[in-house]
Amino acid sequence: MAPDEEEIYQEHVLDHYEDPYHRGHAPHCTHCHEDDNPLCGDTVSIELNIDADGRLREAYFEGDGCCISQASASMLIEQFDGKTVDEVRRFTAEDMLELFGAKLTPNRQKCCLLSWRVLQSAVFSPVHQTIENTGEGSRP
Amino acid sequence: MSTAPCPLDTDAIRADFPILATTLHDGVPLTYLDNAATTQRPRQVIQAIVDTYEQHYANVHRGIHWLSDQSTDLYEDAREKVRAFIGAPAREEVIFTTGATGAINLVARSWADANLGPGDEILVTEMEHHSNLVPWHQAAERTGAKVVAATVADDGTLDMDRFESLLSEKTRLVAITAVSNVLGTINPLEEIIAKAHGVGALVLVDGAQGVPHSPIDVQELDADFLAFSGHKMMGPSGVGVLWGKQELLDAMPPFLGGGSMIRRVRLDGYEPADLPAKFEAGTPPIVPAIGLGAAIDYLNAVGLDAIQRHEHDLTVYAHRVLSELGSLRLLGPVPAKKAGIVSFVFENNRPHAHDIAQLLDRHGVAVRAGHHCAMPLHKRFQVNATARASFYLYNTREEVDRLADALRQVQQVFQRRQSKRSRSQ
Repeated sequence: MAPDEEEIYQEHVLDHYEDPYHRGHAPHCTHCHEDDNPLCGDTVSIELNIDADGRLREAYFEGDGCCISQASASMLIEQFDGKTVDEVRRFTAEDMLELFGAKLTPNRQKCCLLSWRVLQSAVFSPVHQTIENTGEGSRP
Repeated sequence: MSTAPCPLDTDAIRADFPILATTLHDGVPLTYLDNAATTQRPRQVIQAIVDTYEQHYANVHRGIHWLSDQSTDLYEDAREKVRAFIGAPAREEVIFTTGATGAINLVARSWADANLGPGDEILVTEMEHHSNLVPWHQAAERTGAKVVAATVADDGTLDMDRFESLLSEKTRLVAITAVSNVLGTINPLEEIIAKAHGVGALVLVDGAQGVPHSPIDVQELDADFLAFSGHKMMGPSGVGVLWGKQELLDAMPPFLGGGSMIRRVRLDGYEPADLPAKFEAGTPPIVPAIGLGAAIDYLNAVGLDAIQRHEHDLTVYAHRVLSELGSLRLLGPVPAKKAGIVSFVFENNRPHAHDIAQLLDRHGVAVRAGHHCAMPLHKRFQVNATARASFYLYNTREEVDRLADALRQVQQVFQRRQSKRSRSQ
């Protein structure tokens, strides 16, 4: 077994995969975006509540795909729940790979960067009809 | 565990394939089970390529010199080997292309563009590889014809009732794979071709997963076109074959224009050459075609019947040992109705196919993970990715055991554990 690859499925990654942070829907969603990696079929959607000061009051994700795509989404959402849009914008792809931790080959980096791409778009994707949402209408 | 007699002497065969002796990750033997993607080459094929480059190589059908004659003879010998291999009546009907994809696109660009229009239908199936779908979508865009798709039943076989109900006088072409590259399903080509001809439709057979693994006779089948790739039958990549009935190929306009495909060129026009040159514009894949000829020699020496029996034995065995693993779902029909392709997912898609492939690789086991260029079929079975093991003449039961053992260890990595991460967010 190659020890350098072993670290992809380290405890920290498997924990996020099996016990993700905020997998579900934002109760008061104001912004959302969804995308996929067409080559492998992984999908991630992110729902946010962004307040007038540009702070992410709520951050949730849903998705389907490999351990890396889903665990990295969980890590990202955990990292940015409560942070600001500016902080999201300053967070680079390299930062994302660093947050994930385990070393990835270029092919698997795409899995890791899916949620990062979705979050970068989500903060600029308002959901017009739900801006006045009072929170009663959160999706199941 | 692996004591049943094999129809093939795999030890002797494996000794012909240098790459199969590879060890990786500090000494793990390579278990190559990705043959539906591409196969490995025996030294006989590699040597034929080396010999050609070292002793016989020049451009074909051009030079009035000794070396060009040698190269041309070898290239045309390869065409004759292909002809005999698929039971075609005439050498001129064998067109060398860049691959099965190139062959199908040739028919789509040439035959479809010249013959289809609004109101016409191209009948495909849900189990087609993208290379037997996209060229027809593109042809439909250009001609106004419509692509209709026959469905796959839950057991992974073609729904023949549905197929028949879609056949009509509007159907001009049936484009169908001999063997599903995901499910392994062997389609009943004779029945399909007879029914298609009954409504006046032509039939193109995508033989990429069929021709390398079982005997085929295009005259017995009465197919109209057959496409296949060299690299999936131990030949080099970059060469494939389109076979078509001579009267059809004769009537079709050339597709690619350039050198070789012309009889005469004037400043204001051209006259195309006769078959097969008409469809071989430019310098063809000379050495890959010669390599494919050597691969056919190798296949003939081993015997396709024996290869087919051997792969069937491995498939039956794989179904048995993989079924013993809990929570694994095998896709496709029972072994009696399929070729040596075994696709699977874990329950609830966890772990995901990519994680399976990545972890199997640690044990030296090479499988494919993803949608295998068959997205509609994956949608049909409500999975977005599968892992696929596919066999060839050099694979063994021991390798199937290695796959099963490695899968057991994949399961262990993902076994429910107490999360160390705080849940109280």
